[in-house]
Amino acid sequence: MKGLPKTYRYLVAALAFDLIVLAVHPGTGITLFRRTGSIVLEMLGVLPPIFVLLGLLEVWVPRETVIRFLGEKSGFVGISLSFLLGAAAAGPLYAAFPVAATMLRKGARFTNVLILLYAWSTLKLPMFLFETSALGADFSVTRMLINVPGIAALTWLTNLLVGRTEREAIYARYANQSGPAQ
Amino acid sequence: MFTVALYLLAAAATVISLTRDRKKTAKALRIASNSFLRILPDFGTVLALVGIMLTFLSPAIISAVLGRQSGLWGMLAAAVVGSTTLIPGFVAFPLAKSLLDCGAGVPQIAIFVSTLMMVGVVTAPLETKYFSKRVTFIRNGLSFLFSFLVAYVMGAIIR
Repeated sequence: MKGLPKTYRYLVAALAFDLIVLAVHPGTGITLFRRTGSIVLEMLGVLPPIFVLLGLLEVWVPRETVIRFLGEKSGFVGISLSFLLGAAAAGPLYAAFPVAATMLRKGARFTNVLILLYAWSTLKLPMFLFETSALGADFSVTRMLINVPGIAALTWLTNLLVGRTEREAIYARYANQSGPAQ
Repeated sequence: MFTVALYLLAAAATVISLTRDRKKTAKALRIASNSFLRILPDFGTVLALVGIMLTFLSPAIISAVLGRQSGLWGMLAAAVVGSTTLIPGFVAFPLAKSLLDCGAGVPQIAIFVSTLMMVGVVTAPLETKYFSKRVTFIRNGLSFLFSFLVAYVMGAIIR
């Protein structure tokens, strides 16, 4: 696999593995392709529209606006907006990464980006009823009540542990590129 | 539902943008497709790995492994499985329900659901690309520990 660009190497290896399984054990192979297909469909269900929205945001929303609502001095407004944006998402956490990237490039505060990531990963409000019907209200409500203060604590701790030098390095990297994701 | 809402939102925003400024809209769509295509090989790898994982670590196998576990070892097993797999929400909750039916306790289910959502070992390389190794390690590490807290509290409250 020497001639392949590094980024494609692992993908090709994984697909080769899939084909080998299909050849050796067709039954498992078919399950494998079916499962992979459903995962790909899930990805296509969230990522393309998110990238379109981020592209539009990139050209229409000036950096100053993002800084005003989500930046260093955005205070309670910034915290609430990041929290609500994260909580309203139902997709997998990886879909939050490009959103976070756009926030970082447009000058959002680091803690607000963390709030978005943590809220996105664990709150999933659109799935709340689904969680309740599967596991009961005791389970879903208790989990949410622990998660809300949990997100605040995790954000504070993560920000502290990441440290200023690392934060500045990340912002510097994003300042030198265009487009909603790298 | 979420997918439909997201696509409608993106379509409506694009149409509004088109009526205001064609050039800007074209630029926005170019930015969108470029950044999507740039990250696609990495996403493809993650999805292929998840497909393999879901096949060999199917919901049936997971519930067989975790269903009867209890105590701290059961929690640890649930946390490890939850952290390393990436299961869509609409599969995860019914799976958690079946674990509960198989005899797993509330703390084990809570830690499984929590790590499943918050900790992503397969997506870590992707997360590193967007942020950094340090941020990825800290976010996932803290989420892993936090899930144990969630499990203990939930186990104490729910009988």
